[in-house]
Amino acid sequence: MIELTINGQQQRLDAEGDTPLLWVLRDDLGMTGTKYGCGVAQCGACSVLVDGTVMRSCVTPLEAVAGRQITTIEAVEKDPVGSRVVEAWVKHQVAQCGYCQSGQVMAATSLLKQSAHPKDDEIEAAMTNLCRCGTYNAIKAAVRDVASQGGKA
Amino acid sequence: MNQMVKLPEVPLGDPVNVSRRGFITGAATGALVLGFGLPVGEARAQGAAKIAPGTRVPAFLEIRPDNSIRLLSPFMEGGQGIWTAMAQIVGEELDADPSSFTVENAPAGPDYLVVFGQMRITGGSFSVRSSYDTMRKLGASGRAMLLQAGAKKLGVPLAELTTEPGRVLHKASGRSATYGELAPHALDLPAPAPAQITLRDPKTFRWIGKRQARLDIRAKSTGKAQFSIDTKVDGMLHAAVQHAPRLGLLVGKVTNEAEIKAMKGVHSVHVLDGALAVVAPRYWHARRAVEAAKVEWVASTAPTYRPMPADFSTEAFAKQLATTQGKEEVAEAAGDMAAAFASAKVTLSATYNSQYLNHAQLEPPSATARFNGDGTLDLWLPNQAPEMFQAEAAKVAGIAPEKVKIHSPLLGGFFGRHFIYPHGTPYPQAIELARRIGAPVKLIWSREEEFLRDPLRPMAAVRFRAALDAKGLPTAIEAVSITEGPTEGIADKRGPKLDDSALEGITGKKYAIPNKRIAQIFVKSPTTLAYWRSVGNSMNDFFYETFLDEVADKGGQDPYALRLHLLEGNARLTNLLKAVVDLAGGWKPGPFTAPDGSKRARGLGMASPFGTETAAMAEVSIVDGQVKVHDVWQAVDPGSIVNPAIIEAQVNSAVALGLSQVLVEQAVYKDGLREARNFDGYSVLRPDMMPRVHVRIVESGAPMGGIGEPGLPAVPPAVANAVSRLLGKRMRKMPLGQIA
Ligand code: FES
Ligand code: FES
Repeated sequence: MIELTINGQQQRLDAEGDTPLLWVLRDDLGMTGTKYGCGVAQCGACSVLVDGTVMRSCVTPLEAVAGRQITTIEAVEKDPVGSRVVEAWVKHQVAQCGYCQSGQVMAATSLLKQSAHPKDDEIEAAMTNLCRCGTYNAIKAAVRDVASQGGKA
Repeated sequence: MNQMVKLPEVPLGDPVNVSRRGFITGAATGALVLGFGLPVGEARAQGAAKIAPGTRVPAFLEIRPDNSIRLLSPFMEGGQGIWTAMAQIVGEELDADPSSFTVENAPAGPDYLVVFGQMRITGGSFSVRSSYDTMRKLGASGRAMLLQAGAKKLGVPLAELTTEPGRVLHKASGRSATYGELAPHALDLPAPAPAQITLRDPKTFRWIGKRQARLDIRAKSTGKAQFSIDTKVDGMLHAAVQHAPRLGLLVGKVTNEAEIKAMKGVHSVHVLDGALAVVAPRYWHARRAVEAAKVEWVASTAPTYRPMPADFSTEAFAKQLATTQGKEEVAEAAGDMAAAFASAKVTLSATYNSQYLNHAQLEPPSATARFNGDGTLDLWLPNQAPEMFQAEAAKVAGIAPEKVKIHSPLLGGFFGRHFIYPHGTPYPQAIELARRIGAPVKLIWSREEEFLRDPLRPMAAVRFRAALDAKGLPTAIEAVSITEGPTEGIADKRGPKLDDSALEGITGKKYAIPNKRIAQIFVKSPTTLAYWRSVGNSMNDFFYETFLDEVADKGGQDPYALRLHLLEGNARLTNLLKAVVDLAGGWKPGPFTAPDGSKRARGLGMASPFGTETAAMAEVSIVDGQVKVHDVWQAVDPGSIVNPAIIEAQVNSAVALGLSQVLVEQAVYKDGLREARNFDGYSVLRPDMMPRVHVRIVESGAPMGGIGEPGLPAVPPAVANAVSRLLGKRMRKMPLGQIA
């Protein structure tokens, strides 16, 4: 049994410690908003927040996040920064097929939680998830939009 | 792919209201209609001969009491925005705000064969243009039915009624009824006669042609969108496979089978055709076990589909194509080539190469299969052609097609990946596993197994020759492509005619060059082949447009001026080319020094893919031996349009894929084995490689063309031409890769 907190809820999971968090989320907990794209930390489709920082859950063993706070796309709008990111994604009509977008939203939320007004080079350094539909310019516009919003993010 | 959809135009039938035939009784909600969950068998029995696709309002629309509207889209949504386009088109004529629509992919069935009333695929950038009139008429039929119901309910003559979005209005008395209120009454009314169906004057369009927000955006921004890989059904087990390293090999024996079976969570181990499968209650257990299996693969003694040779190497194959001589089958010819070359002032020749490409859609393929007690089979899978998958799945399962129910969730990327490709999709394995274990099975191909079986965009070598006159203008161009087209490759058989999808893009060029000869030498590809976004055009416009720049160089011509000259008298393309130059602030080929000190150049490319005309310009520099693309400008003329915002997004997307191809992408084989089987070795365009993209839409009023694919083909040549100019050295193969 491994205990962790996912989206504010305590979960006790009967899975081996080396199981990637991704498959626990998707299959054991039915949270399929987090996506599988490569399984080797290359694409970012599986991005979640661990204690507020983005991690690629396909290579994150369950035991490594025992006792930590995990946020998935299902709860992203409960986070004030996350909800602004989602609104920016809607405003800029970012998604095409949408498959990468859970991960993109999580990566952007992580960045903007850490740095309320990131500069372009910070955005470029943080937003490395692949999008085969090529929504990169819309992603950048949406992140810049939130980054330019006043006050503390 | 164009040829798949070149069908004779057939007259579309008049609308009929099926609900009158007692097809389905009124939904509990009192919905207008009904055709949802229409048993396929019944539909066939009743209508195979009678149903004119796209005419039965009930098969497409449900209007709920709260005035929200559910639309079943005959075309699959995979990012191209077709759901929103369908809602705009139907909503315009129904007189209902597209934002009140929820849209889903329609199941298999004769109602949805709306591509010229004969068939259905989502591909060839064909959805809107092939169904535009049909879907408008469908919306108008719905409106006519609601008007009739309104006349009855309000007790006034039909002629005195009009509609406003979502309601029928009697202006004289100010009384009205919402569509939601009228829907249950509209149900039993006769289908409107064709004369009653009036289409709006396009000048009065409120939604067609406007920047309508996508209907699927919020769900896709919050993880709620459902893809095939997210399918969950009661009692389902998970499966993972290990494919034979080379297609055509079979499982000889599993040397550690007992160990695999004893691994935690394993339900069962199965030998399939060319693959080993493990089934488990959890995917991760299935995956881990199947990857741990040590399989001895053996050659099949029976003939198999396109077996991969043990010595196959892409590098050697590219060289072989470039030098292969053989029967040249002519696709296009004009003038007198011999005379043109005999009288030429200068001639030149060059050989170009392209690479194999993966689709690399971000959602790995999956299929969920469930046999039901009544002998039917439910199948959830990504697909671009439900009826085709229904027919094929029926063969695999050994049941009648009407017993197969196809579910089509959102596609996590399209790019041509989801047609029927032998050995290229997981559903036959899922069906077989579900049958063997007697429980529903969801099979996911890992990225590695996907890259091993994903059929590829063909590779080609093209040998060009050109003759130039004393002024340096081309008088003749010859192109001989040594390749196998995707259509003939998938069929594994040559057709009676040349495969259009092999040569499109070196054929169909609009330049006025009096003598030409475009031919194919067929060489079978050792790999499996597929359609890839923009199909033959994806590489052929690269070949032709870069060679055209080479011709310009040789003749001392400016590539922009030469194109304008060769397009003289073609107002549409002249305008388009000028439009892209205008968009870019003028023609400035370079090399020049940019404000940041980098040395840059610009290049042009044009293409005529899928009924749309395109012209692109790219600005490049070289950074650390890699091509850096700073800006891409593209003007597209699809004739007329439905949603400019989605067009801009699609052009951005196509630019990204075109750049990915010309800069970094290639599928490599050595000794019959696939080299990179994940994104760590198979490069695709990364965010830091994405340039600014500037789009101008030109509506010439020509017949409507496609949008999903046309933004791609002009981009690779624009980039390669810019790089060639910058370096003073011609670029003749994709990907450009590391620049020496
Ligand atoms: S699935 Fe985790 S990074 Fe691709
Ligand atoms: S929207 Fe399709 S992969 Fe990003």
